Amino acid sequence: MTARPRWGNVVLILLVVATAFPFYWAIVASFTPEARLFQSPSLLPRNPVLDHYRALFSQRDFWVPIRNSLIVAGTTTAFCVAVGGVCAYALARLRFRGKAPLLGLILAVSVFPQISVVSPLYLVLRRLHLINTYPGLILPYLTFAMPLTVWLLVGFFRQLPAELEEAAMVDGASRLRTMREIIWPLALPGLAATAILTFVYSWNEFLFALSFTLGPERQTVPVAIALFRGQYQVPWGQILAAAVVATAPVALLVLTFQRRIVQGLTAGAVKG
Amino acid sequence: MSRGTPTAEGREARLAWGLAAPAVGTILLVALFPLGWTFWESLHQHDLRMPWLGRPFIGAGNYLEALQDDRFRDALGHTLLFAAVTVTLELTLGCLLALAMNRAFRGRAVVRAAVLVPWAIPTVVSALLWRFMFEGRAGIMNALLVDLGAVAEPPVWFIHPMLAWVPVVLADVWKTTPFVALLLLAGLQNIDASVYEAARIDGASRWRQFIHVTLPLLKPAILVALIFRTLDAFRVFDLIYVMTGGGPGTATEPIALYSFNALLQNLRFGYGSALSMIVFGVTFALALGYIRFLGAGLTEARP
Amino acid sequence: MASVRLERVDKVYPNGHAAARALDIEIRDGEFMVLVGPSGCGKSTALRMIAGLETPTAGRVLIGERDVTALGPQDRDIAMVFQSYALYPHMTVHQNLAFGLRMRGASREAITERVGAVARPLGLDAVLDRKPSQLSGGQRQRVALGRAMVRDPQVFLFDEPLSNLDAKLRVETRAELARLHRRLAATIVYVTHDQEEALTLGSRVTVMRDGRVEQVGPPMEVYRRPASIFVGGFVGSPAMNFLDGEMAAGRWTGPASLALPLGPVPAASLPASVTLGVRPYDILIVASGQGDMPALVDVVEPRGNEALVHARLGPEGSGPEVRIVTPPEPLPPVDTVVGLRLDRDRLHWFDTVTGRRIGP
Repeated sequence: MTARPRWGNVVLILLVVATAFPFYWAIVASFTPEARLFQSPSLLPRNPVLDHYRALFSQRDFWVPIRNSLIVAGTTTAFCVAVGGVCAYALARLRFRGKAPLLGLILAVSVFPQISVVSPLYLVLRRLHLINTYPGLILPYLTFAMPLTVWLLVGFFRQLPAELEEAAMVDGASRLRTMREIIWPLALPGLAATAILTFVYSWNEFLFALSFTLGPERQTVPVAIALFRGQYQVPWGQILAAAVVATAPVALLVLTFQRRIVQGLTAGAVKG
Repeated sequence: MSRGTPTAEGREARLAWGLAAPAVGTILLVALFPLGWTFWESLHQHDLRMPWLGRPFIGAGNYLEALQDDRFRDALGHTLLFAAVTVTLELTLGCLLALAMNRAFRGRAVVRAAVLVPWAIPTVVSALLWRFMFEGRAGIMNALLVDLGAVAEPPVWFIHPMLAWVPVVLADVWKTTPFVALLLLAGLQNIDASVYEAARIDGASRWRQFIHVTLPLLKPAILVALIFRTLDAFRVFDLIYVMTGGGPGTATEPIALYSFNALLQNLRFGYGSALSMIVFGVTFALALGYIRFLGAGLTEARP
Repeated sequence: MASVRLERVDKVYPNGHAAARALDIEIRDGEFMVLVGPSGCGKSTALRMIAGLETPTAGRVLIGERDVTALGPQDRDIAMVFQSYALYPHMTVHQNLAFGLRMRGASREAITERVGAVARPLGLDAVLDRKPSQLSGGQRQRVALGRAMVRDPQVFLFDEPLSNLDAKLRVETRAELARLHRRLAATIVYVTHDQEEALTLGSRVTVMRDGRVEQVGPPMEVYRRPASIFVGGFVGSPAMNFLDGEMAAGRWTGPASLALPLGPVPAASLPASVTLGVRPYDILIVASGQGDMPALVDVVEPRGNEALVHARLGPEGSGPEVRIVTPPEPLPPVDTVVGLRLDRDRLHWFDTVTGRRIGP
């Protein structure tokens, strides 16, 4: 395209600065001793210290919430991609009555506010003695993760040319064989994008994790950070250090897979 | 009656249901059933602090109480205000952003990735980052304001019922504008460049091109972004819980948080369920309304 | 090899659209049958029903006298070449060719042998390790062809395989296909919207419209004796000219006072409105005042070895337009009046109302 006016560049620069600044500030603060946190802030750390990070991992055992988040988000993602994937294939490719209402149902469920299902889930989990356990988080997570996965994968499967499957069937492959040999390899990019998105949403989830866990042994990262309590005051240094630790892997994931993620976000949405 | 060939189609249908059943079953179990339960509960009076009162059926009693509950009406107002302001800001900024990103330049991928990071982090973290920047008298925001001479005395944001909204809105906009921008960018990239060329030949200035070519063709993407963001804004919980706790007092409390407090703090399960059903109802009505508009918008905007 | 039959087949979609209505199509063992018609006529649907990719809402599909209506494509022993070729993008050419054999449980040695036997005559043995994205359009087409051939099926189905090729490649590939048919002695069902392809390739042609068969027969018969106005207008390029007229006292009167005898048609069975059909090649331009009727020359398109003349009937050109093909020289000047002589042996008569052919 022909040269655009420079306002575009200005906007971009402002944008990147505005995006990066809170992170930058948090990183700076996480290396600043507690006492100096609210005195004359400066853009560059004067005497960086590692106190907060040390405290994070020794005193507060921050590995535990990280482990919990990994297990919960990982299991949710794996389960939803597998189960939701075959469901999405059926919805995208196979002909059967009830397809439209089913799609509508899935779309509707993805709109459910979490607050509307939190109390019955709490009671059921309590009855099943699953409060403060891994299954006790994974099961509720399916509420939003499953519709999300199905929805995204339907979009991806629809983009695969139908003639490939027809060719495979004419060649003698059964439906299941076609799924395995033709669809699955070609759908891998879509599956990857969906897995990443589902993982990110699960990792970031807060309300259910807050409501269904009781203590640090099973709390996930967002809950652990939110509930940091100091003895006398809010331990901002540690909080921000934890924020940095919580953000770094996600940031890396995003930076590496940004193209896949964008694909996933926009595939279903705009092209419908 | 035409019989066709029942076996081939029947087989396909059976396979389809077989494949779909686990996912559908899961959804029914963890989403629909609890929703139904919440609805049922909302029709009862159920206060866990006063178990001797039992759990009588009171029909719409909780809902009537909600309508007269000042705190609820305030919460609804907060939510509406929050939704209106954030969605407007996010759409506008997102549009600007999408336009700026809609050309090939070196490092576009990096910019796109960098811009995506706020969207990807937990809302909790975003809330804390922004809280920190506005905290106290010597937080970075206050320092900037004082240095720029905008204010004489650095305000204490989180004590003031109106000012507390500022960091909240900023945090939300910061976190979700990238998502809106991406949706709009995808929409922009779907617009055929030759339409712009035709407009230029017809003598349209850049501004007019934007109004008469870009905006109408972007309508489907805008509507999609509008739906998602409005629905999310109405369900807002994490951000406010962590940033202000709904405070000062209940000045920043949205309906989802009020429902949460009613349920898990005040242990008024019946009433809290009614509140959360109202959240659901509003959200659902919005979604339906948008879908009707979205359907119309899509068929209009197709060139 | 086998015969193929669609017996009184209906295909009605849930939204009410009927792609096929009481369709009867018969393809003989070993023949090259072309299904041709405009888009939406149901030819692709018919092909897909033969393949098993669509199921009829009524009627039967028979392959080699076996009722396969209830069988999926996997069990019908057919092969199909898709319009977009549908090559498996993540597999090499060799794997693409081998896929069908693998699905049927052939041994690895048998597969390699068979793939080699097919790849060589198609000129593909140099590219066996490449993926489809690394091939040219012509090569991809040949891989699609090879994939069908390697399975040695009872019937070959082609769904507009040439439409993605440029004109030159199309002509070359057409010859290839004709050679293929001769060599394999296979039963081929071929779908196209291009009437020229239909005429050059088919041993028989089925012209379809709106889910029904308009005419079946060898290409020359469909060309020389179209069974309806539709077939006459669809087959042959430039298209046939049609002039509506009335019967009176055993003579036909058309526009611009054109009057003609009908020839060997029993006068008793004639309808009141009759349409004359005459091809552009069967009209001769003669001097003004001579011939069967005058016409005003409107547009002249020189085309190398011939010219296409558009003229309007009548001394002032107030009548309908006809197209005439003439030798390249001399060209009749535009806006002059000329005479048109119609070849009496090449006139086609149709009932204006039903569109059906009248007479032999």
